[in-house]
Amino acid sequence: MFDSLSDRFDAIFTRMRGRGRLGETEIDEIAREIRLALLEADVNFKVVKSFIARVKEEATGAELSKSLSPAQQVIKIVHQELINTLGGETGKLTMNPKPPTVVMLVGLQGSGKTTACGKLARHLKSQGLQPLLVAADLQRPAAVTQLQVLGEQVGVPVYSEPTDPVAVARNARNEAARLGKNIVVVDTAGRLQIDEALMDELRRMRESVQPDNVLLVVDAMTGQEAVNVAESFAETVGIDGVVLTKLDGDARGGAALSVKEVTGKPILFAGIGEKLVDFEPFHPDRMAGRILGMGDVLTLIEKAEASFDEEQAVKAAAKIKKGSFSLDDFLEQMQQVKKMGPLQNIIGMIPGMPKELKNTQIDDKELGKVEAIIRSMTPQERNDITIINGSRRLRIAQGSGTTTQDVNALLKQFKMVQGMMKQLAGAGGKKGRFPKMPNMGDFQGMQ
Amino acid sequence: MELVIVLGILVLLALGAFAAVSVTKRSQRRMDADERSAVTKPKDVILPPDEDVVVQPEAEVATPEPVAEESLARPRLRDRLGKARALLSGYFGDLRGRSVIDDDVWDELEEALIRADVGVSVTGKVLDDLRVRVKEASVTTPAELLDLLKADLIDQLSTADRSLSFTPGQPNVWMFVGVNGVGKTTSIGKIALREAGSGRSVVMAAADTFRAAAAEQLQLWSQRVGADLVRGQDGADPGSVVFDAMAAAGSRGADLVLVDTAGRLHTKINLMEELKKLRRIVDRTPGALKEVLLVIDASTGQNGLNQAKQFGEAVDVTGVILTKLDGTAKGGIVLAVQSELGIPVKLVGVGETAADLIDFDPEEFIEALFADQA
Repeated sequence: MFDSLSDRFDAIFTRMRGRGRLGETEIDEIAREIRLALLEADVNFKVVKSFIARVKEEATGAELSKSLSPAQQVIKIVHQELINTLGGETGKLTMNPKPPTVVMLVGLQGSGKTTACGKLARHLKSQGLQPLLVAADLQRPAAVTQLQVLGEQVGVPVYSEPTDPVAVARNARNEAARLGKNIVVVDTAGRLQIDEALMDELRRMRESVQPDNVLLVVDAMTGQEAVNVAESFAETVGIDGVVLTKLDGDARGGAALSVKEVTGKPILFAGIGEKLVDFEPFHPDRMAGRILGMGDVLTLIEKAEASFDEEQAVKAAAKIKKGSFSLDDFLEQMQQVKKMGPLQNIIGMIPGMPKELKNTQIDDKELGKVEAIIRSMTPQERNDITIINGSRRLRIAQGSGTTTQDVNALLKQFKMVQGMMKQLAGAGGKKGRFPKMPNMGDFQGMQ
Repeated sequence: MELVIVLGILVLLALGAFAAVSVTKRSQRRMDADERSAVTKPKDVILPPDEDVVVQPEAEVATPEPVAEESLARPRLRDRLGKARALLSGYFGDLRGRSVIDDDVWDELEEALIRADVGVSVTGKVLDDLRVRVKEASVTTPAELLDLLKADLIDQLSTADRSLSFTPGQPNVWMFVGVNGVGKTTSIGKIALREAGSGRSVVMAAADTFRAAAAEQLQLWSQRVGADLVRGQDGADPGSVVFDAMAAAGSRGADLVLVDTAGRLHTKINLMEELKKLRRIVDRTPGALKEVLLVIDASTGQNGLNQAKQFGEAVDVTGVILTKLDGTAKGGIVLAVQSELGIPVKLVGVGETAADLIDFDPEEFIEALFADQA
């Protein structure tokens, strides 16, 4: 998400550490670096300017706290400012006291409106509401079908008619009343904000259906353009909130900052994956914390939950407790970890990860090597690595296309891992302290 | 090789996190089990036949454009951008009118490039080069400076081969890849229309079996084009679709196979592996794969470079199609893609109709890049 941005802030503040005082030159330097980082993250030019101005003002005016170092203080200021910009607290949909509540999703082509509609309907349904999906995108071929399939998957009826979008939206209200639905989610055709005819159509839709919420759907990968889009939609149609989609990629998501800043409307939801359940209320504080490299345990937990097979996880945990965690188990768990995405990303989410580990360049291809070595062992060897003598090592190395040094390194490190696991098991089932990290110097020479 | 340790830690953490979550969520899970099962097992959802799903099919088909339109002269980027430009006030006009090249001028150039999504690092490089050249060529006015910059950028873009590779007398495969929502299916439809119009027989392979109704969308295009469509069940293995399409193209002696793939974020390892597999299936017919085209949305920011990098590593992208350039987005990211990765832009999409997919012209593109910005 904002991985690279947090790297940048890290770099800035690492350099700042050790300096006692925050002078004007330092603030200028920090401001320059933050500017660069934000621009690289696709935050809009103008938004960067005002953001920097605010941070500078705060940093200059701030009293030096005794409990915090200057670096920490700047982090705090930037963090708070990011949260403010991103929206303070989590926003909510406006509910009409006289149902049905109408939510209309608008945006550019390909921003993910139709998918977001399906996801939103599922989300609302899980909240106990009775949604009705309305397909008012009569433009893109098969858009109605797409929404119907989604409706089918989430168990929400879909209304459409082959007239014109304004009529569809208007009649949807009656349909909702007829079906006894209390919330209506309207999908509209994607349109460029400079397309006057289509923007006018949107305005007319708005007038005829009187939606309680018009949500602008914005792709997290959008660049500088995000501001133009948001401004135009806000001006011509009027928007009440934003849905940020495709946040599961590695886009730094500067668009989120830009859109919030220029429209002043909260980001309500975030699309975070391909599946219909991958949709959640947007958390500005989480996001800001992530930007600053404070780790994102919640996302990590969610990822683990999504990729780990429950049965296998329970079995593995039991084995760790008994101290019989074998290379076979390791291999199995490794496959699950792999599913969580690139290792580098996962490591970035862990708070308090030692710098050395965080900065190690991890190539996911290396995993293949580890796998090959383990797979070249016999079941007995995997169960009990102590039986692996010199000739076995040679055989394993040849079998896996690696060298005996590689095999040795793996075995040595696996022993350390086993040690860590024993330590953890010894600490009891409760949340034990994090096991002591093996001294990084130990394996500097092993690569 | 410290990987093993890292992995060990990850396994531990993940297991811990998992355990914590599974306890707290178990009760909740039981409660909404019904709802979840409906959502997480899409395979169980039996889709009714098309007639039932599509309530009003005639509503979705975009009004077919008159055939005459195709024979009209292709629109130029400049014309298309006229509208976007008209909305914005003069920007460089002001710059051109100034008499000296001072820091402000440089700052504004930087701003213009960054605003066009060219990116901080490429902008820095371009302007550094320009500073050197300005001294060498003893340029003194901002107007000259601007011309020099444009010439530089056009030069950089002009070196590449932009034709779409095609060998007559054999099936030629063009594969379309990209992240979600950039306009892959639409681009394929437009290209199919264009190629079929020039007398080539086209097979379209709907290998996007993931997104709801993606195959239907392509089917509508194939009907318009009069091209053959090969598709599978929703959720089917896209590899099988590609395999069938190759077989169909072989037996029918088709000239061109256009492979539509599901949009995927380049960070999803599994999905990128799937893409590699699709390519391998095409590669079983040696020499058939002529183009792997990465579709990029003009509004994409710096992430476009990551996309190009990852897709390039996975399936060896041969060119870029820049879509949705008819908005106010400048698509400057393709400058970075070409200069850093050497992948040329081959086509640009500048509108909704089939004729709006045009060959990339560096000169027009750069002109448009510097078109007045608000």
